[in-house]
Amino acid sequence: MATPDEPGAIARGASAPNGSGRGNGTALIEAEHLELYFPVKKGILVDRTVAHVHAVDDVSLVLTEGETLGVVGESGCGKSTLARCLVRLHEPTGGTLRFRGRDITKLNRRGLQPIRREVQMVFQDPVSSLNPRKRVGQIIGVPMRLHGVDGSDVESRVRDLLHRVGLNPEHINRFPHEFSGGQRQRIGVARALAVNPKLLVLDEPVSALDVSVQAQVINLLDDLQDEFGLSYMFIAHDLSIVRHVSDRIVVMYLGKLMEVSPARELYEKPIHPYTQALLAAIPIPDPHENQARARTVLGGEPPNPIDPPPGCRFHTRCPHATEICATTEPPLAEYAGGHLAACHHPQSVGAEEIASAVRSSLSPTSAGDAMPDAEAARQAGDPAPGDPATGRGARTGATPPSPSAGPGSGAP
Amino acid sequence: MAERLLEVAELEVSFATEDGLVRAVDGVSFALHRGEVVAIVGESGSGKSVTVMTLMGLTRGVNSRFGGSARLGDRELVTASEAELERVRGAEIAMIFQDPISSLSPVMRIGDQIVEQIRAHEKVSKGAAMDRAVELMERVGIPRARDRARNYPHEFSGGMRQRVMIALALSLSPSVLIADEPTTALDVTIQAQILQEVKQLSQESSSGVIFVTHDLGVVADIADRVIVMYAGQVVEQGTLEEIFYDPQHPYTWGLLGSVTRMDRPPPRRLPAIPGLPPSLTDPPEGCHFAPRCPLRFDRCHELPPLQARVPGVAGHLDRCWLQAGDKRDRREVEGQIGLATEAVA
Ligand SMILES: Nc1ncnc2c1ncn2[C@@H]1O[C@H](COP(=O)(O)OP(=O)(O)OP(=O)(O)O)[C@@H](O)[C@H]1O
Ligand SMILES: Nc1ncnc2c1ncn2[C@@H]1O[C@H](COP(=O)(O)OP(=O)(O)OP(=O)(O)O)[C@@H](O)[C@H]1O
Ligand code: SF4
Ligand SMILES: [Mg+2]
Ligand SMILES: [Mg+2]
Repeated sequence: MATPDEPGAIARGASAPNGSGRGNGTALIEAEHLELYFPVKKGILVDRTVAHVHAVDDVSLVLTEGETLGVVGESGCGKSTLARCLVRLHEPTGGTLRFRGRDITKLNRRGLQPIRREVQMVFQDPVSSLNPRKRVGQIIGVPMRLHGVDGSDVESRVRDLLHRVGLNPEHINRFPHEFSGGQRQRIGVARALAVNPKLLVLDEPVSALDVSVQAQVINLLDDLQDEFGLSYMFIAHDLSIVRHVSDRIVVMYLGKLMEVSPARELYEKPIHPYTQALLAAIPIPDPHENQARARTVLGGEPPNPIDPPPGCRFHTRCPHATEICATTEPPLAEYAGGHLAACHHPQSVGAEEIASAVRSSLSPTSAGDAMPDAEAARQAGDPAPGDPATGRGARTGATPPSPSAGPGSGAP
Repeated sequence: MAERLLEVAELEVSFATEDGLVRAVDGVSFALHRGEVVAIVGESGSGKSVTVMTLMGLTRGVNSRFGGSARLGDRELVTASEAELERVRGAEIAMIFQDPISSLSPVMRIGDQIVEQIRAHEKVSKGAAMDRAVELMERVGIPRARDRARNYPHEFSGGMRQRVMIALALSLSPSVLIADEPTTALDVTIQAQILQEVKQLSQESSSGVIFVTHDLGVVADIADRVIVMYAGQVVEQGTLEEIFYDPQHPYTWGLLGSVTRMDRPPPRRLPAIPGLPPSLTDPPEGCHFAPRCPLRFDRCHELPPLQARVPGVAGHLDRCWLQAGDKRDRREVEGQIGLATEAVA
């Protein structure tokens, strides 16, 4: 078993085959035990730090060249904060971060300069990230010029980019407020693409677009990846879109990784109960099928990130939780095909798979050594593969969730 | 049929810009009844937000021009005075916006913002208003609401801010709730809770809800009727059943055909309607969708089609020159409703 504290252990462990086609296996970004705690301040004259929001809490992951890593999870679980750490808009409060093998955890503005060019971010909130006094042509053109595109070529390249993200090139002289929400979102994408980055961190890049334009933008991202070998980190709430674009998908909950799955396995084989709950909550875009399905709505409230629960962070809402879940943090167990999950009672996997799982070197330092119990799973009989569409998978546990517990109905 | 709360007729909104007059909303008509959820879907930039914001008087400005009418009961909203709108806003029509950050004050604590809104319309003590604010925050799933009420907006995640907006909107029990993509920033489990909340609101307090969204799963889950917009116009409207199982307008087919589903194997490439939406400063003469419509014929370029009844179906309206019978034969692509789309690369 790899000791997580040995430098480089994580990188080696994680560039193992990720069970998908894209990506050449060379690590672009490596995060080890990354932490970002926001101080919570109180006080009248002098601000005192009284507590911390555990926004990103001991997260280790690797993003390889040419790969798309999807990130999903509860609102407020730290996806945007993780993204901002990876592109070093935040300085992590703990752990290390490497870009192409070089430690960038503590680099200052100047040191980060060369990296800024290669790493671009599309922000979740397109309104506050676009300068309201600049015309679109400037918003996209200025960074281009800064990064060495010849002045006379800028306008035609801006027009071309506008067209490629599905915007009318005639609108080059408009101001951001003259666009709709979805149009602004695409301006953000065009601006990020303007400087030919290697890595694009996309925080909800298509959420405000209608499905057809969404498809156009996703297809464009696909093409650019094929053409230039770009890597993407793609944060979104729409799981079907995330599955489509991603090679691997990270599921986060309350600052921690719950599951890292090859994209195509996430739906057929969700191992973590939280992943199952997510899948079960997706409404089906077909009224009849949607009605016919018994949907389990995850009960209880998301816990407080200032004082996260001990043990498994999901245990206060988990339908499968037992005693150990409340006391011992589960490590990330690695199943076949590079599928990782941090859960004492893994779903959709049989006793054999559980027995052959190993403790991943990406596991948080605070996690125990308690690997899931294959014997218990054998006695319980092999679980039926999760079927989130019917909510069946989410209900195969010993303690069924309270039926459709709404907000405020309290944690189990 | 239930009481009519809101009637929008031939609404027009244009903006004067350097490039000319942008006809953002171009003759939109629909009605909203008590206890009903009407979903507005459509192309990004088609005028959904401008339509609903105009109902709240939020698109007024030196560059804006208006036409048509929007009646809330016997009050005309398009021409209402600012003072009149001030009374209507929040109390009778409340709105949840697409981008929560710009509609919350960054320098005021969350709880105080809700308190201020309540006290602007009702005579209650600060303490009582704060109790109600906390209760509302709990209702929309914000943990430890009493403490969190002391936070500033930037200390909340995107999803949490949106829940604050919903709490704000519900604070005065409005008869019309307008939600412009309220769940876009939320994860699916919280989205499910919010949708339940909105459904309950429409059923119990028999409010009417206008729900703008891109997510056809959400539409399937919550809507009673659906309005489909394209380039400033309503191209089709009907019941949930009609829009999903008997869609008439080719743009609607394209939209339905572009949906990706989690419970189906993913396609290699996502189907998208090829081309760009038309310029709103210089829209096409005839049907606005004609330049992108694979089924267009001569008349489509010459004359704008009117919103017409689908034969035999009372509330189902369609804005297209093709014959209804013709359409039913032509809207299936590979066994599914859709449009022939870009060539698979
Ligand atoms: N500047 C900040 N100061 C204090 N707390 C913060 C700050 N930014 C974020 N947080 C907190 O950190 C946690 C993670 O927030 P983050 O925005 O990363 O979540 P997210 O997963 O992106 O959520 P969403 O899906 O809603 O966008 C939240 O509890 C949030 O309230
Ligand atoms: N103040 C303005 N000045 C000029 N044009 C504007 C203004 N506001 C909106 N528009 C234009 O009006 C059209 C309709 O915008 P609206 O915001 O209603 O679109 P939408 O349907 O809500 O789109 P989305 O789904 O992307 O939010 C867009 O093409 C937009 O560019
Ligand atoms: S079963 Fe236990 S470990 Fe697994 S998700 Fe539930 S609470 Fe967490
Ligand atoms: Mg976020
Ligand atoms: Mg809008």
